[in-house]
Amino acid sequence: MNKIKVMIRKEWSEVFKNRFVFFVVAFMPLFFTAMPLIILYTSRDSGESTMGMGDVPPEFSAMCDTTSGAECFQSFIVSQFLLLFLMIPIIIPVTIASYSIVGEKTTRTLEPLLATPITTGELLAGKTLAATIPALAATWGSYLIFVIGTNVILSNPVVTGSLIEPLWLLAIFGVGPLLSIAGVSIAVMISSRVNDPRVAEQLSALVIMPLLLLFLGQTLGLIFVDQTVIIWIGLAMAIIDGVLLYFASQIFQRETILTRWK
Amino acid sequence: MTNTNNKAMIQTDNLSKHFGELAAVDGLTISIPAGEIFGLLGPNGAGKTTTIRLLTALIAPTNGTAHIAGFEVGKQDTDIRRNVGILTESPGLYDRLSAECNLGFFAELYEVEHVAEQVERYLRMLGLWDRRNEAVGTFSKGMRQKLAIARALLHEPSVLFLDEPTSGLDPEAALLVREFINELRQDGRAILICTHNLDEADRLADRIAIFNSRLLALDTPTALRRQLYGRSVVFHLSKAEPRFAQAVESKDFVQTAKIMDNKLVVTLEDPETHNPALVRSLVEIGAEIQFVGELRRSLEDVYLRMVRDE
Repeated sequence: MNKIKVMIRKEWSEVFKNRFVFFVVAFMPLFFTAMPLIILYTSRDSGESTMGMGDVPPEFSAMCDTTSGAECFQSFIVSQFLLLFLMIPIIIPVTIASYSIVGEKTTRTLEPLLATPITTGELLAGKTLAATIPALAATWGSYLIFVIGTNVILSNPVVTGSLIEPLWLLAIFGVGPLLSIAGVSIAVMISSRVNDPRVAEQLSALVIMPLLLLFLGQTLGLIFVDQTVIIWIGLAMAIIDGVLLYFASQIFQRETILTRWK
Repeated sequence: MTNTNNKAMIQTDNLSKHFGELAAVDGLTISIPAGEIFGLLGPNGAGKTTTIRLLTALIAPTNGTAHIAGFEVGKQDTDIRRNVGILTESPGLYDRLSAECNLGFFAELYEVEHVAEQVERYLRMLGLWDRRNEAVGTFSKGMRQKLAIARALLHEPSVLFLDEPTSGLDPEAALLVREFINELRQDGRAILICTHNLDEADRLADRIAIFNSRLLALDTPTALRRQLYGRSVVFHLSKAEPRFAQAVESKDFVQTAKIMDNKLVVTLEDPETHNPALVRSLVEIGAEIQFVGELRRSLEDVYLRMVRDE
């Protein structure tokens, strides 16, 4: 456990000195939090005056039996940003993990590192947690700011309350970490095979595609993301994570990496 | 803790590593005791780095066995890693971290008890203490090499593997590192050095192995020279004449005698015993001797002949 902590501390000291990584980790949550708040702020008046039940999908309006049309519309707008917040726990760890693993390759630090009494499990756990913890901190911090910001902008307890319903809590605190683990596992696998951090990062970023498609489907009204969908995503991710972690640990073979990395 | 049941700190028996059809290391058998500096020489691609990786438990052997500090490679790898220090071919340091952070990180992984004290000790010893807070990326090649050497020693390993220890160092820094390695020998560590610097190997190593996937020769530098070239004495003469060579060649203890550039070069088994007689006979036949000395072949001569003959 101590070596995992040592590894995490080193990763953070090193990776966050990389301007690109720091930019992604800092900018992405800021952008994904500011954008919905700006949209909410600008649509605040129009929502109250012109929009109502008829402007939201029937699946959503069915849940608005005790709220006004404007409140239902604003709750709908807010719910559209859920998938946006689920992109943060993927993009950040993928960026960190790609740089941290390929970085060991490019700086040739992996051989002295593997020559220490650290086990492969400790090494991978350190790298995975070093990438996952900031991503989750950023996701949860962004979510908290979004809840507070929504309350300040709309001053509507009904809309703010919709943000702390099980759907959101399950997505942010349950599915978010699972997505992070998937992102890191894929980054570890790709980083074990390529030599350029940018290539690793670009390939690893493909992991966000399913989520982007889901976001697109939701925006176009093709899919309605409710609690059931989030539960299914969570269950699927739990299984996928198990498989990915197994393959990531299998691919990260000390000998293969040392003898094949040039 | 070192397993002291086994006196040889590095012991290999028919150690081999194959990558598919390629035999990178083939049947290596060596034994290196504590307090010895062992030079491993060989051309590029000879398998020296693979040998170090095998002996530091970074990769597994295909055949044979190896014991390091009494622990068996492949079975007690974590114990081996605790007891060996390695200087890799490139320093392999985290450029964005300071010298102190780099050493602190590795010291913690090596489970060093008093991290701060040990880091300070080696930074001071290698003259890097004043720059401890600077990012390693700003260091010169020589400073990075010194820092990598410090890293290899932080946990006070009983066995040390140094791959090109003075590579990229200026003559003064190289001398400092060589003196430092000599001090480490006196601490009773077994040290294996891979180097292309044959003069350095000659100065440092107690024994030399010439290696090209398999062991070509193994002995002290002096013994290797004798094996290949015998012992030769050079007589600087005021005027070298062929008859001087003929005269000494007739003696039964002389193997060869040749005139080369006003010098008479005589190869013989035991110069200490036979030189007085040689000098006497040369003076008797009118040779004017200016100087007498032993012809010292360089380790480079030995190495090149071994590798070319292979």
